[in-house]
Amino acid sequence: MSTSVPIVRLDDVSKRFVIRKEKSLKERLVNAGRSAKHKEDFWALRNISLEVDSGSTIGLIGPNGSGKSTLLKAIGGIIEPTSGSVKRRGRLAALLELGAGFHQDLTGRENVYLNASILGLSRKQTDYYFEDIVEFSGIRDFIDTQVKFYSSGMYMRLAFAVAIHVDPDLLLVDEVLAVGDEAFQRKCLDKIRSFQAEGRTIVIVTHSLGQVTELCDRAVLLNRGEVLFDGEPHVATTEFRDVLEERRQEEIAEHPEEQEGAGRIISVNAHAVGKAVGEPVAPGDDLIVSATFSHSEGLDDWIAAVQIDSALGQVVYGTTSKRIGLSLPRLRSSCTVDFVLEKVTFGEGKYFVNVSLMTHDGVHLADRPQIASFDAPHFQLAVGTVHAVPTASVVDSVA
Amino acid sequence: MAIAAPSPDDRAERLAGLPWEDAGSPGSSLGGSTSQLKDIWRHRELLGLLTNREVKARYKDSALGFFWSLIKPLMQLLIYAVVVGQFLGAARNIENFAIYLFAGLTAYGLFSEIVGGSTSSIIANSGLVKKVYLPREIFPLSAVGSAIFNFCIQFVILLVAAALFGTLQFSGNLLFGLGGFFVLLVYATAIGLLLSALNVYLRDVQYLVEVLLMLFMWGSPILYHWTFAVQHMPGWLADIYLNNPITLGVIGFQEAFWASTSNGETLPDLGLRLAIAAVVGIVLLFGAQRVFAKLQGNFAQEL
Repeated sequence: MSTSVPIVRLDDVSKRFVIRKEKSLKERLVNAGRSAKHKEDFWALRNISLEVDSGSTIGLIGPNGSGKSTLLKAIGGIIEPTSGSVKRRGRLAALLELGAGFHQDLTGRENVYLNASILGLSRKQTDYYFEDIVEFSGIRDFIDTQVKFYSSGMYMRLAFAVAIHVDPDLLLVDEVLAVGDEAFQRKCLDKIRSFQAEGRTIVIVTHSLGQVTELCDRAVLLNRGEVLFDGEPHVATTEFRDVLEERRQEEIAEHPEEQEGAGRIISVNAHAVGKAVGEPVAPGDDLIVSATFSHSEGLDDWIAAVQIDSALGQVVYGTTSKRIGLSLPRLRSSCTVDFVLEKVTFGEGKYFVNVSLMTHDGVHLADRPQIASFDAPHFQLAVGTVHAVPTASVVDSVA
Repeated sequence: MAIAAPSPDDRAERLAGLPWEDAGSPGSSLGGSTSQLKDIWRHRELLGLLTNREVKARYKDSALGFFWSLIKPLMQLLIYAVVVGQFLGAARNIENFAIYLFAGLTAYGLFSEIVGGSTSSIIANSGLVKKVYLPREIFPLSAVGSAIFNFCIQFVILLVAAALFGTLQFSGNLLFGLGGFFVLLVYATAIGLLLSALNVYLRDVQYLVEVLLMLFMWGSPILYHWTFAVQHMPGWLADIYLNNPITLGVIGFQEAFWASTSNGETLPDLGLRLAIAAVVGIVLLFGAQRVFAKLQGNFAQEL
């Protein structure tokens, strides 16, 4: 790591939003006396103090409405904090939205100049980079067409090409990496890596926890406007998953799901053999998913199904009693089925267990999505949903 | 300009030497105004591009392009010249009525286009205001720029017409035109700046502005001579009427391009009045910028 100096300094920053429900003069006059009732305020940021060093890449994570975008906008100077101060130095570029400021009726060429100017390039600099920008965007044939005739992909490519040719010391990125096709996303990520190599500072807001652990060397977890954690990305992502899980449990507690029909899934828990529920499931552990079912009218010939999803909702594992070849006794007041998954090798992350009760021909009688969850511990050597110990060696090398 | 990418260490070293700056707009203290002006000056290229965009985008897909911006005032001129001038008989008392009309319409057009355009400019550019930090004064100012562009086109027509009718004389009177232009520009910019900020908080402003602009058009001596209006007013009202900057600007134009060869009565001390209005206007412009700076802090969340 090279020498670094602080580039952004936030000192006790708070931001209060006042939400007025009426916008027009008439509504305000009519409600003038009772205006307090029509105002709602909340603190989007509360007493945030933060220092960002040059050359670092920081991920801002947190559930929706936790204030991460507000924080990014405060750093960018787009929003003025209610109290506290935001200081920064060096050249800033904010990619809060690709193509902000593109005008539909202007051609690609005109928009390149306009957008570059908005991001802080002079006309001369844009002239200098123009060929590069067009080359990178790969839409040379359409550069003199009005952008309203562009496909959304072309639009993105051009906007991104402009954005990366601005020469920033500090780059603010808000979710823009989540758009575009895979090749485009890879291009974005490659560019961010080369920015890192050049010692530029990057602050990213993202929902993709994978990106945080992969790209960032520091992560800040926000919840309801406060910093919950600041430090190692993988610790932050684990904490974040706990926050999300807590919220989910709260929601479930507030709105207990009505189960219709006669079939019921009474309880489910998932844990490693020899460990308590809630302890991490390490590679090589045997995982037990224990589910209790009931059916008020009695049911012969039924199927119990288990499915495991990653935090992103992707199915990573699924099986049923039918696949295993287990025939279940008549279900009436209660029946508990234990699925044992031998020597699981889950990669780092949070996993959710879904359980279903089905008739023999596959009609779902009861489903409980995400009824239980478990964590797989952090693994330094690899990422992804599969755990495997990697080694590498040089086989052949020509100088 | 970074042609060769500097090493991370170079960058860190350079950054260490830079002073800390406040994020966002420079402070709203009195010293803030100069730094805000500098900020705007740094973005002058962008201001040019935005103005260009407004001008280009307006008639982008039409076959006749910006000729439409000529046809509108010419049609206005024709209607007023025929209906007000001939049918209602205003032309009987005013020589070269068409030139008189067009001088007033051109002057007032500048004012109304600046005020109308800048009032809605922040909202029209809300995408940018919310996503990128720029000195927000840029948006009303780009509306001013595009209004000046349109004004220039009309102005050329006015000059040509005045020359054809023989009312154009190269004398000191032309300075009244310059003074009128300056006064209208300063006041319209000050008002536009203020209203553009208010409009973010209260959307009614833009509709109110439309109504008021219509009122002011008839409240200025464009379709009639100011002497007709003053006859029907008590003295104090006449003073207000004659010294308001819109009237002065309009009269300044008429004085420059029409009066010297026509029969109009000259407003006494027009030069002095214009000078005072200009000084007051500059103070107002400064004040409007201060208010704008105060209000703009919450733009991003109000839009």
